[in-house]
Amino acid sequence: MSHGAWVVLTGMLVAASCGFVGCWLILRRMAMLGDAISHAALPGIVLAFLISHSLDSLPMLVGAASLGLLATFLVQTLNQSGVQSDAAIGVTFTSLFAAGVVLLTVFASNVHLDLQHVLYGEIAYVPWNVLTVGGVDLGPKAVWMVGGTFLLSLLVIGLFYKQFKITSFDPGMAAAIGIPVLLFHYLLMMLVSLTTVAAFESVGAILVVAMLIVPGATAYLLTDRLRVMLGLSMAVGAMSAVIGYFLAVWMNASIAGAMTMAAGGLFLIAFLFKALRKKTVDA
Amino acid sequence: MSVMENLAAVFGDPNMQWVLLSCMLLGVASGVLGCFALLRKHSLLGDAVAHAALPGICLAFLVTGSKSLFWFMIFAAAVGWLASICIGAVTRYSKIKEDTALGLVLSVFFGVGIVMLTGIQHSAGGNQSGLDSFLFGKAASLVGSDVAVMTGAAGVLLVICFLLFKEFKLLSFDPGFGRGLGMPMGWLNALLMLLIVTAVVIGLQAVGVVLMAAMLITPALAARYWTERLDHMILLAGLFGAVSGALGTFLSSLAANMPTGPVIVLSATLLFLLSMTFAPQRGLLMKVWRLRRLRRQVAREQALLSLYEEMEKGSRESFREEELLERRKQGARRLKRALRDLARSGAAERRGEGWALTAAGLEQAYRLLIDRRMQDLFAMYEGTFGALIFDRDQGRLEDQLPPETVRTLWNLLKVHGLMPKLVPATLKGRGGEAS
Repeated sequence: MSHGAWVVLTGMLVAASCGFVGCWLILRRMAMLGDAISHAALPGIVLAFLISHSLDSLPMLVGAASLGLLATFLVQTLNQSGVQSDAAIGVTFTSLFAAGVVLLTVFASNVHLDLQHVLYGEIAYVPWNVLTVGGVDLGPKAVWMVGGTFLLSLLVIGLFYKQFKITSFDPGMAAAIGIPVLLFHYLLMMLVSLTTVAAFESVGAILVVAMLIVPGATAYLLTDRLRVMLGLSMAVGAMSAVIGYFLAVWMNASIAGAMTMAAGGLFLIAFLFKALRKKTVDA
Repeated sequence: MSVMENLAAVFGDPNMQWVLLSCMLLGVASGVLGCFALLRKHSLLGDAVAHAALPGICLAFLVTGSKSLFWFMIFAAAVGWLASICIGAVTRYSKIKEDTALGLVLSVFFGVGIVMLTGIQHSAGGNQSGLDSFLFGKAASLVGSDVAVMTGAAGVLLVICFLLFKEFKLLSFDPGFGRGLGMPMGWLNALLMLLIVTAVVIGLQAVGVVLMAAMLITPALAARYWTERLDHMILLAGLFGAVSGALGTFLSSLAANMPTGPVIVLSATLLFLLSMTFAPQRGLLMKVWRLRRLRRQVAREQALLSLYEEMEKGSRESFREEELLERRKQGARRLKRALRDLARSGAAERRGEGWALTAAGLEQAYRLLIDRRMQDLFAMYEGTFGALIFDRDQGRLEDQLPPETVRTLWNLLKVHGLMPKLVPATLKGRGGEAS
């Protein structure tokens, strides 16, 4: 496969896996919590590096996922102690992200991550960092990582689809019929953390947020059925990755940024389409 | 170099003094506006506006070709304003909820900004360098003219806030009432948004677009712990903002290549954590202390009542701790401590193997028991007492309700046969009347 094809494939996988878990965040009105988790991944990655002294994917995945869960926990705790939820999210993620940036700067000479990389990733370098097992080239590491977490979230949510659905739409009823609501909350947050971290390397902290929210929001506009929304969200995400790649090549700019722009463009089209149709229906 | 020498070097350098001054100013401005943003539940809007400033900055560079902070601020404010309008439009004209709209606008605008930034970096020559310092802030690059622009903007902001304090207060707490008074709440809200956007762009150079939201949220939230009054909260938030601005700038100057933004934000977080822990009314330590005090008081009252009820049965003089525990379940250690507390205040004493109430203790227990039973009756007959309100946390029922109601309850006690049977000698002459 050519360099470009690998980049597009990675982007599509990132967008599809983020779009898939992002739908649930949107339905639960926790979109900004996704934002918080993706920011919190940074100190996790830096700490994982400082402890394990390697840039291996596994320690980073563990570090970032645990910090993501910590962020969720902190937001929840602050919220319960009387801080309104938007402020609780704001304080938590800015503090954690700031701590991550400071740690990264202090140990910058050791870490092969820089601040720009943290924000918008280096998806163009993905094809060169390949996974080899027994001397056999298996393709880029990132594809395996993102694909793996994607499969994991498909599996977990597929197994507990009904539970996730009920806890998202009617947590009160879910609790009444004996579904452990909090367990599924944290399970979802863990999936979001893992997806975020896996995508972090290729699209960076803030653009993960775009992939978590924008395709899901587009799908949410277009349908009222959960299954359709999940499918549409993945499709829209993958489409924005493809369009974004060619946009970036044409403009000679950041690929991840262009993918976000493409996702934003698709949302705009869906938004205008809905608004216009509503007008004609009303008239 | 020692810390003192560092301090001297930092504060002696005139350029550094400018930088410190402007970071304090931005802290004041964002702290003050942050209070209103927090109360209006617009905290995360600041985040979206700050991220949206990035395409504004790039646009300013592309259009004017210069790197003057003035133009950056104008364009950043315009695009930030546009972003806040987009959020409003998305929530209004579709079924998308506010949090999703925030994240959507934030990330798409930032994505556009990244595309423009990288596009400029890849195409233009050396002149573009430094644009990326807007991501995480670089206070050291502030020069005299920038400080003048920031001072002007912050000054205008603070003056408007001072003049319209009453209106903004109304907007924050009860916009419906304001509309009823005939005040232009829509315009006031728009103005407040514009001021918040301005506060965000003042901090762009020093704190950067990524973390600027924290300067709106954290000082205001920290100030909230110390007071229940909006004017005090605003002053405190301004102070906290100024302190974190100065502290962060100073600390970041100690390490090479350290961006200022994160250090300023961490300084603000430190102030927030201190406030959360040590604030006199709402702080965690005070909460823990109050909880412990309450638990101790409850345990004391429980022990008092148990002793009284055992004595009421009239069998013996003194009672062992196990018997008391059987009457009212509580921790054995807590009971021991409660009994010791009672002994210290002269309400109970050790007698042989067990404990007994003193004369004073008996009277205390008698009054307490009557009050408790009156509370139960008050709850039972709540309908007959109309609009009277009794709050258990505010002390005894007798002190809160009018005397005739207390008398009615007293008679009800007799009707229901709930009068305690063991009347203390001190009160016997008055027929057991407790008050």
